[in-house]
Amino acid sequence: MTLLKVKESFIKMLKSFKQIFPMILGIIALIALFMTVVPKSFYNIIFTGNKIIDPLLGATLGSIAIGQPITSYIIGGEFLNHGVSLIAVIAFILAWVSVGTIQLPAESMVFGKKFAIIRNLMSFVSALIIAVLTTLTLSFL
Amino acid sequence: MKKIFIKKNKGKWIFLVLVMGLYLVLAFVNFSLAKESFLEFLGLLKTIFPIFALVLFFMFISGLFLNARKITRSLGKNAGLKGWFISIIGGILSTGPSYMWYPLLSELKENGMRDAFIVAFFYNRAVKISILPMMIYYFGLSFVIVLTFYMVLFSIINGVLMEKFLKLRCKD
Repeated sequence: MTLLKVKESFIKMLKSFKQIFPMILGIIALIALFMTVVPKSFYNIIFTGNKIIDPLLGATLGSIAIGQPITSYIIGGEFLNHGVSLIAVIAFILAWVSVGTIQLPAESMVFGKKFAIIRNLMSFVSALIIAVLTTLTLSFL
Repeated sequence: MKKIFIKKNKGKWIFLVLVMGLYLVLAFVNFSLAKESFLEFLGLLKTIFPIFALVLFFMFISGLFLNARKITRSLGKNAGLKGWFISIIGGILSTGPSYMWYPLLSELKENGMRDAFIVAFFYNRAVKISILPMMIYYFGLSFVIVLTFYMVLFSIINGVLMEKFLKLRCKD
C-alpha cells in the first residue's frame, strides 16, 4: 500500500462525501420535521379492527413513518397491547424498516428512479405477505 | 452522461432548498413547532454523526483494499451464494439509517455490485441483532424466529425479482 493509494482513496472519499452531504442533510431535516409535526399518538387513532383495512393501513403508515427500527418495534408492541391485530402490527413494523417514502427522492438520485420505486413497492407488498405468512405460521406452532 | 451528472448534482441542492423552504413556511405558521423541529434536527445530526463517520471510514478502507475486480468477484454477477451471504450479513450488521449507506453502496454498484445484493442488503436491515431482546420482550421468541426467517427469505426473493423487473424495463 503506497502513500499515493492512501491519498487517492482519501480524495475519493471526500468527493463522495461532497456528493451525498446536501442530500443527507435534507433527509435528516425532513425526518425531524415529520417527527415533530406528527405525534406518536396519531397512530393509535387510526386502526379500526378491520382485518383487511388494518394491515393495509399498518403498511401505509409504516411506509411514511420515520425513525430507528427500534422505535417501530416499541410502537408495534404498544399497538398490540392496545388490541391492534398482529397482521397489522407486523405490516407496520416491516414497512417502517423497509419502505422509505421520505427517502425516495434521495434513493432515486443515487440508484435511479426505477430501482427506487420498484424496491419500495416490492418492500410494501412483501410487508403485507410476510405479515400474513408470519401470523399463519405462528397459528400452527 | 455529463448532463445526467449535472442534473443529479442540482437535484440534491434543490431538495435541500425545498426542505429549508418547508421549515420557513412552518416558522411563519407556527414558530415554536419550527424551532422544535430544528432542535430535533440538531439532535438527529448529533446521533447520526458517528454512523456517518463510520460509513466514510468504510468508504476509505474499501477504496484502499477493494477494486472493481475484487468487488465483481465477491458481489458481481458470478458471486453466487457468497454474494448473497455477504449482502445479507452486511445488511444485518449495518447500523444507522439506510440512507447513510447510499454512498458506499452506490460506489460498490459502480464497481460491479449486483442490484439484487443491494436490495438484499436493504431488506436485511430490518433484522437487527441489537433489537432482538426488545422484539422477544414484546412478541416472544417464536415470533422473532419466524419473522426473521421470512425477512431473510424475502430479501432474496425481492433481490431476484428486482433484477428481473430491471431487465424487463431495459428490454422495453
